[in-house]
Amino acid sequence: MKSNVNMDYKHYNRFYDHFDFIKFRNVFFTFSLVITLAGIISLSIFHLNLGIDFSSGTRVDLQADRPLNITQVTNTFKDLGYQPEQPVLSGNHRNIATVRINKELTHQEIAKVKSAIQSKYGIEPNVSTVSPQVGRDLAKNAFFAVIIASIFIIIYVWVRFEFLQGLTAVIALIHDAFFIISVFSLLHIEVNILFISAVLTIIGYSINDTIVTFDRVRENIKLSRKRLTTFEELGQIVNLSIRETLTRSINTVLTVLFPVIFLLIFGSESIRTFTIALFVGLICGVYSSVCIACPLWAVMKARYIAGRKKKRTVQTEG
Amino acid sequence: MKKGHVFSFFAILIISAIILSFVTMPIIHSVKLGLDLKGGFEVLYQVKPLKAGQKIDSETMSNAVASINKRINVLGVSEPNIAIENGNRIRVQLPGVKDQKRARELLSTTANLTFRDYKDKLMLDGSDLQPGKARVAFDDMNRPLVTLRLKDSAKFADVTRKILAEAPNNVLVIWMDYGKGDSYRKEAAQSNHKFISAPSVNNVLNTNDVQITGNFTVQEATNLKDLLNSGSLPVKMDEIYSTSVGAQYGQNSMQQTLFAGAIGIAAIFIFMLLFYRFGGLIADITLIFYVYIVMAVFVGLQAVLTLPGIAALILGIGMAVDANIITLERIKDEIRSGKSILSAYKAGNQRALPTVVDANLTTIIAAAVLFIFGDSAVKGFAVMLLISNIITFITSIYGARLLLGLWVRSKALNNRPGLFGVRRSDILEK
Repeated sequence: MKSNVNMDYKHYNRFYDHFDFIKFRNVFFTFSLVITLAGIISLSIFHLNLGIDFSSGTRVDLQADRPLNITQVTNTFKDLGYQPEQPVLSGNHRNIATVRINKELTHQEIAKVKSAIQSKYGIEPNVSTVSPQVGRDLAKNAFFAVIIASIFIIIYVWVRFEFLQGLTAVIALIHDAFFIISVFSLLHIEVNILFISAVLTIIGYSINDTIVTFDRVRENIKLSRKRLTTFEELGQIVNLSIRETLTRSINTVLTVLFPVIFLLIFGSESIRTFTIALFVGLICGVYSSVCIACPLWAVMKARYIAGRKKKRTVQTEG
Repeated sequence: MKKGHVFSFFAILIISAIILSFVTMPIIHSVKLGLDLKGGFEVLYQVKPLKAGQKIDSETMSNAVASINKRINVLGVSEPNIAIENGNRIRVQLPGVKDQKRARELLSTTANLTFRDYKDKLMLDGSDLQPGKARVAFDDMNRPLVTLRLKDSAKFADVTRKILAEAPNNVLVIWMDYGKGDSYRKEAAQSNHKFISAPSVNNVLNTNDVQITGNFTVQEATNLKDLLNSGSLPVKMDEIYSTSVGAQYGQNSMQQTLFAGAIGIAAIFIFMLLFYRFGGLIADITLIFYVYIVMAVFVGLQAVLTLPGIAALILGIGMAVDANIITLERIKDEIRSGKSILSAYKAGNQRALPTVVDANLTTIIAAAVLFIFGDSAVKGFAVMLLISNIITFITSIYGARLLLGLWVRSKALNNRPGLFGVRRSDILEK
């Protein structure tokens, strides 16, 4: 590839050194649009499998010193006088069960359930109850937190970089957050309060990743020492910047993925939702920084420059 | 080769190792564990007025918190956390509480003691009691009972005179948390009645000592005494969210998560060593400092470590490594372009700094917003994210610069690009 910008140390070959990210931009955009549409459809048909944190009712997490089966656990709750939903078994020895009851138990009832389960399975269970009001507030607060964070991020990137980069960074961020939500809706994984933390982490990570790439774009524009006017020139800069930062992007996501993968395999059941969301989000975060944010910026920037030129010609003619 | 720099490097390492070995145990012991790791329970109460027309303002809220505090002191929980949320909610967290059942009972009753006649007319209430004077005593048959002291004996004489006049229904009904719709006549027919007791009044009693006998167990009598002594709640509290974690369950979660985290961190260390060789080794050393400083700051802020907090810590390591990776990649690029190790090190550091600053500052903004607007569970996570991003600057930028700089300046690395993971064939000949 020929380029007029600083290629002085780009003389050796890596597998992606000839990959044209800009050329395939429409493939990436279409892919992301399809996934997003699938997510919207899935959300409107299947909704999210909301845990009690966001709806209301009671959740009992019980652990036993031996493997459990669903009938046995269901019967335990029927004997206590409750109609539980299908229990979900987990743990390496199938010794953990999560049971939901669509009713907020009173503290007297909780005490009864706890002592009955402890005497039957040997370990004191976890019991949570949530009223509808609290669940709504939680989701609402998290949503507003994300909106406010996005606004601040746009402002910061606007000041340090430029407005269009801030905008595309936030588009990539929302893309990632929505991607995780879509996956959870499609696979019908239960969403709890930790899910919010996971989505927020991914937002932080995605931003970090996008900024590192944009930073290189900014630097390469400065080094090229000329006004960029055409889409081809912008595309060259973007391609070069992505290639230069890709080793870093891959290595960083790998180092974050290591603990996530091990948490997924060996970590506690209580944070399983959290780690699944992180795993999905981290991979999506790298993809969106490289394949969405940067090419999208080049497209928008080229249009903006073309638009301004047109305006100027109109003005000079008039 | 300048031996002085290498000597300083090892001196720094040895001194740090000694300091770290001394602070390890104190840090571990002063980490406050959240209830998802330690077991315990958490309740969010919606505060409502007790009487019609009562206003829920900041004063009533802080009075309510004060009464809850007194009750928790009775329980002997070492690190309770009581917070007012949204202006009309109170969140109570009791990590490590032994008897969860008793704690819940103590917290949730309003402890509004009333004395009523058989028609449920109010005769005396909590405000007629001398505060802190309730005692547990035993009668001749060794059954537990609770003794109270009234403020005014004349008032009690007056009340008993009125009750006596209502013969044959001359009973003084003692209620705990009398609510709307409760009635003596309805409850008296049932064997498991809601009021505490209904002694008959046969004389006018001109005294301020009152005994309550009510077929108590010793535990029940003690609870009643504790409730009366810590005072009634000035408001009504409805549980709108609660979660309780068994101690064993919490411990298992913590062990599994720490185990998984340890393997994950080991994998990061090995990866860095393989990919960046000597640079990776320096990065690994700074990561160890990073973990210690993050934990020390966390303990210093009296923050509570929860399961998502541990996850954020482990993730934070992955993100801190990013600063090292950005810098080391830059140095590699510079070496490949044919620069000497020293100038590649200088140029790499200089060029990587703005990238790391911008990347971390945006994450810090996101974390700060989450901290300000997030709910309690999100907050713990945001604190960890915030701390880890700030500490990254200290360790992965300045720490790594200091340690690697000593070796670079000693000239021991000169002409050895392999130590940074750069192949000689990739270096541009000048």
